[in-house]
Amino acid sequence: MTDVRPDLALIARHVARGARVLDVGCGDGALMAELRATANADVRGLELDPANVAAAVARGLAVVQGDADTDLRYYPDASFDYAILSQTLQTTRRPDLVAEELLRIGKQAFVSFPNFAHWRGRVSLLFGGRMPVVKILPYMWYDTPNIHHVTIDDFRAMVRDRGWKIDGQWFLNGGRETGSANANLFAEHAVFLLRG
Amino acid sequence: MSAHSEIAAPSTDQRFGLRRSVRLPGPLRLDSGASLAPVDIAYETYGTLNADGSNAMLICHALTGDQFVASDHPVTGKPGWWVRAVGPGKPIDTDRYFIICANVLGSCLGSSGPASVDPATGVPWAMRFPVITIADMVRAQGMLLDALGIGQLAAVIGGSMGGMQALLWPTLFPDRVRSAIVIASTSRHSAQNIAFHEVGRQAIMADPRWRGGDYYADGDAPAAGLAVARMAAHITYLSEAGLTEKFGRKLQARESKTFGFDADFQIESYLRHQGISFVERFDANSYLYITRAMDYYDMAEDQGGSLALAFARTRARYCLISFDTDWLYPTAESRIIVHALHAAGREASFVELSSPFGHDAFLLDAPEMNRVIDGFLRAGE
Repeated sequence: MTDVRPDLALIARHVARGARVLDVGCGDGALMAELRATANADVRGLELDPANVAAAVARGLAVVQGDADTDLRYYPDASFDYAILSQTLQTTRRPDLVAEELLRIGKQAFVSFPNFAHWRGRVSLLFGGRMPVVKILPYMWYDTPNIHHVTIDDFRAMVRDRGWKIDGQWFLNGGRETGSANANLFAEHAVFLLRG
Repeated sequence: MSAHSEIAAPSTDQRFGLRRSVRLPGPLRLDSGASLAPVDIAYETYGTLNADGSNAMLICHALTGDQFVASDHPVTGKPGWWVRAVGPGKPIDTDRYFIICANVLGSCLGSSGPASVDPATGVPWAMRFPVITIADMVRAQGMLLDALGIGQLAAVIGGSMGGMQALLWPTLFPDRVRSAIVIASTSRHSAQNIAFHEVGRQAIMADPRWRGGDYYADGDAPAAGLAVARMAAHITYLSEAGLTEKFGRKLQARESKTFGFDADFQIESYLRHQGISFVERFDANSYLYITRAMDYYDMAEDQGGSLALAFARTRARYCLISFDTDWLYPTAESRIIVHALHAAGREASFVELSSPFGHDAFLLDAPEMNRVIDGFLRAGE
């Protein structure tokens, strides 16, 4: 495994070989390249930032410039084995609708996000009285792309309310996998594998 | 090689190289129902076809483009129109690819068009030349590849009208092309696109020298009409921001306004120059025929309005590139294509690049475009 972000590496480890994958918010294609190399997957990407798209296409990846909030509707039902949304859910205008689209397009969906309820953030807010600026969420409140902060328990509640199923869940702290006990307090990142 | 050489050229290398042309017996059955025979095609090739013929690439040119993609133009003496992208070590690498670029059907640089002589009458076709479509151009290219012994293209690439051909290629010949690169293009001509073309055609036909298209005998062509057509079209190739930056309201070689109708403004002088230099290298009737072909172009039309259906049988991988200041074929047109490709389950890449140069951006220095083309092509090798 090359120098891939830990949550991406985790997803890559759980993608079945030769799968058809749509990476929503694929950035410069790091996960796509990993999946292509290690899982021989047929990977497509959707990315908002033109510079990232150009970089991804220039490395030979099939990436389309577009917006997760508006462009997922053009993908046919169940056209992918997996739809992946890594570290992007909290930046969308309607995370619930985006997740719904992921589960329509993919037979399963990986969703990873930074956990707003991690204890560092809680401490920062409790004692500082201001929006936390921490390692996993390094932005000021006014310039953050993360317009829908979400905690692991919030996410679980949405999944339950929508009647989706959790096929897998993994938690990361300091780049390493950590247990699910008290994940909402101790995990910096969460990765869920969902089914509609 | 003369314009009347036989298909069965004496040796392979005679078919390849600069300034080639071939007369194909045809007939080429046209979308209009008419057919054309024989079919002359003028073309150039660059690079070397490898032993298994797997490195062939077709470049499709735009409305007023030609086959001189990377060699000097025989009339103007100017360098090829895409030397920035095509050549040794360039993204369209003549060291790796065997490149073919053919003058489109209907044009006037050696391929059959209204200025060619109708063998049945011995005089130029003029307006008796059958009306052609973009698909007819592509089918003629297919005939050329047959004559060159090329079964399958590694890639087909084009900008603007060339992009229309590149987009049609996998639909018309699903087994003959592995990758398609479509730049600053569209899947159909919009009302606005048709409108601008109609202005150009009317300018030509309103020129008394046009004479119903029969102006070849005395060489007195409708230059004024064609120049105006070019001037109107040229505006659509640029962007307002680009025009403002380059010309603004600057005056042309004078201190103040003349209170007359001379070219006071630099933009006027520039457009007049564009018009005048264009007529030296282009035939007015060809301009009528090719703009008509573009106006008739609508890939979804034959599929009950579903563009996705047009891609249903294709197998190629696609790369689409648009430019943010292109208002002739704006990014939204490329997105329509991308969404249809996704609906059809095709592999597609798409990026909108930033440029101040409008539609013409793909012909100018575009390092990002070059990077994308290079990466996309290498991934297909």
